[in-house]
Amino acid sequence: MNSMDVVSLSRLQFGMTALYHFLFVPLTLGLAVLLGVMESVYVMTGRTIWLQMTKFWGLLFGINFAMGVATGITMEFQFGMNWAYYSHYVGDIFGAPLAIEGLMAFFLEATFIGLFFFGWDKLTRLQHLCVTWLVALGSNLSALWILIANGWMQNPVGSKFNPDTMRMEVSNFMDVLFNPVAQAKFVHTVSAGYVTGAMFVLSISAFYLIKGRHIELAKRSMTVAASFGLAAALSVVVLGDESGYTAGENQKMKIAAIEAMWETEPAPASFTIFGLPDLANRRTDYEVKMPWMLGLIATRSIDKTMPGIKDLVAHAEQRIRTGLIAYDALEKVRAQPGNAVERARLDTTAPDLGYALLLKKIRPDIANATAEQIAQAAWSTVPAVSPLFWSFRIMVGLGFYFIVLFAVAFVLASRRKLRRYRSFLWIALLSLPLPWVAAELGWIVAEVGRQPWVIEGVLPTFLAVSSISAANVWTTLIGFVVFYSTLAVVDVYLMLKTVKAGPPAQAPASAADIPLVLAPAE
Amino acid sequence: MFDYESMRLIWWALLGILLIGFAVMDGFDLGVAILLPWVARTDIERRIVINTVGPVWEGNQVWLILGGGAIFAAWPMLYATAFSGFYLAMFLVLAALILRPVAFKFRSKLDHARWRTVWDWAIFISGAVPALIFGVAFGNVILGVPFRFDDTLRMTYEGDLLGLLNPFALLSGLISLGMLVLHGASYLALKASGAVVDRAVRVARIAALATLVMFVLAGIWVTIAIDGYVVTSQLLHSGPSNPLSKIVTRQTGAWLTNYRAFPWMMLAPALAIAAIAVTPALLRAHRSGAGFIASGAGIAAIIATAGLSIFPFMLPSSLDPRASLTVWDASSSHLTLKIMLVATAIFLPLILIYTTWVYRVLRGPVTAAYVERNTHSVY
Repeated sequence: MNSMDVVSLSRLQFGMTALYHFLFVPLTLGLAVLLGVMESVYVMTGRTIWLQMTKFWGLLFGINFAMGVATGITMEFQFGMNWAYYSHYVGDIFGAPLAIEGLMAFFLEATFIGLFFFGWDKLTRLQHLCVTWLVALGSNLSALWILIANGWMQNPVGSKFNPDTMRMEVSNFMDVLFNPVAQAKFVHTVSAGYVTGAMFVLSISAFYLIKGRHIELAKRSMTVAASFGLAAALSVVVLGDESGYTAGENQKMKIAAIEAMWETEPAPASFTIFGLPDLANRRTDYEVKMPWMLGLIATRSIDKTMPGIKDLVAHAEQRIRTGLIAYDALEKVRAQPGNAVERARLDTTAPDLGYALLLKKIRPDIANATAEQIAQAAWSTVPAVSPLFWSFRIMVGLGFYFIVLFAVAFVLASRRKLRRYRSFLWIALLSLPLPWVAAELGWIVAEVGRQPWVIEGVLPTFLAVSSISAANVWTTLIGFVVFYSTLAVVDVYLMLKTVKAGPPAQAPASAADIPLVLAPAE
Repeated sequence: MFDYESMRLIWWALLGILLIGFAVMDGFDLGVAILLPWVARTDIERRIVINTVGPVWEGNQVWLILGGGAIFAAWPMLYATAFSGFYLAMFLVLAALILRPVAFKFRSKLDHARWRTVWDWAIFISGAVPALIFGVAFGNVILGVPFRFDDTLRMTYEGDLLGLLNPFALLSGLISLGMLVLHGASYLALKASGAVVDRAVRVARIAALATLVMFVLAGIWVTIAIDGYVVTSQLLHSGPSNPLSKIVTRQTGAWLTNYRAFPWMMLAPALAIAAIAVTPALLRAHRSGAGFIASGAGIAAIIATAGLSIFPFMLPSSLDPRASLTVWDASSSHLTLKIMLVATAIFLPLILIYTTWVYRVLRGPVTAAYVERNTHSVY
């Protein structure tokens, strides 16, 4: 069997490269739409300041986009490299959204990004505007398909175990597409990307206003960022990811762990604003609770009960016992593929098969597991409570902070008083890293909260790895750390250089002078 | 729609088309990157070379991402086995592909000779490493790869990075390098200008000759000294995707069986030889558009030759031949193949249409005057 070392190292590498990749993704999502908005204003009004804005923010977009593309390939390859059993076990379902993402979305954005930069004097204004919006459309569709794939890991609908191929296979693709968890994730993640893009433009514009440079560009940029950011910040909180948490068993466990809610609460459950989770004694001390809030957040109602960790563990224990029946039936089907009785028994119990596999961490011959071992496996379904509890609270706190920040920016911008409040400009500048903090914490909540599963209820993470040596994973892990750290330095250096240089003094005349519908002469 | 057997055959062909799409489209980017230090001497020449691919490399690279995604979705066992088996080699490819955009973005940001030279060599490495490794990987596929499955279909690979570097695989690596250099040279003949074009045309002649000699040599090697694989038991073409239910033996020269059974398949190696041989002549005659099509056709035909030779195998196992992955026992479910075919039928033509439009907008050579005029906005 695989040693734990390979599992932990592979998790560390995947987590690290994914969090790194997601430094670039939200900015691409948000900035692409903002570029579309700015260029639309330019095309509609013909005022070159808006062209200059599009080109300047486009430069920064380009640096970020190249890093996103480069680090994105790593994500796709890693499933096969480090998670080979996962790829075999669920590739039939999980692979499709990734491939469709390439076909429908990534091709679109990556093909047109070149024209965005190099097509200014080769396209009419309207054509170039279409190119910009196609890049934005591509990046947003890309997020949709990736989150359909990720949503399926959190709530594996529309699929069924096949004993002949020893893997999960798709049974209803529409269920995979319209997975409620995936939909909630998509809206939430894309809104978070818009907040990031808006904050990026807001902060850098604030920097220019503080320095008294590029004032016309900065004021307009800030106005766009403030209104777009306010709408996005409201949507990211109102359409929070946790609306999907009630859809599945593990999702309920996730929210119970986020809440450090050990006992089932009567409806409507209250939300713990502060507390100190005590893992050893399975309780939370010094709780400060807000009545009704959790029921509203998680169930969008006041009459549904939210189960606590202890009840969910008891339920997991039952599912392990049913899973052991499925496991026994599977062994018999594999010995005798024609045995219809055992196939029928496997069919009815297969949804719990994954729960029995949790026992593999404790003993290989899981059919002989003792009652204590089953209880131990049941408790292993509880994800790490403290990191979830704190990450979630910081993320939510930041979410509300963004609403306030963008609301103030919006009011100041609409009264044309941005430059008068220097302290606000400083706050806007210093808030620059916060959307990234919130987004990364969001992924930590979602994916640490998914543990011990790689596919909730179906495949435990420790079974999903490749049969590769720890030395190999160490090699690539160190390679990625060194390589990615160098890239981070390079990227930040380039960004700062571009920001300091500011927009070129005047937009090149060539594109501005081209009539709206005529192609340029060659 | 199609039954499971036809669907598997279609997806085998589509995988080939996507790999060829990658090799033809991203192939010239890689070839141009390899050629950069050799065909361009002055800084402005080097910027011409880089800017021939500057606006298009991102889109081209998606062929690789789509290829990876399509293998994952349609051939999950192949994806799992090949990517984890070639673990460190895949890492090297990733590192090279990440280095490339960074080198493009950085090189011309500082006006300093040594800075730019360092990045030029980084671009060279980012092209040469994937070109070599993809060929080496293909060579190892033809030889068979040391992996086996346990009864839960968990794969174990018993080789290492150095084991990949055997003589036949190295020859394959050099063929891959040679054909991509040739393709890059045709692209430069088409899109670059000035002295770069002349040098590219000269390089194309050497690259074409080397590729031809090595391709023929590899053919002889496969005929007389390499064990091919043959399925000797019954293998249901629409059975469940479980590779352990067949028997496979190894025989020298077995990779030629398909050509004996289906002589029309000889078209692939014949086209490869003809297309590669004619490319330098077309380039010398200043018919660079036709030359570019010829080098692309040569690449397509070389990949098709390899794929047809090992059919129905996709990844033979040298350790436990019955674990070999074939078209008939390593695919996704029938339903997934159907869904993916619908998606491909809708989007692949769209991709081809808008890609063509983008190349049409960007038509015409990159000149020194263009680079100088846009010195701050181009690479």
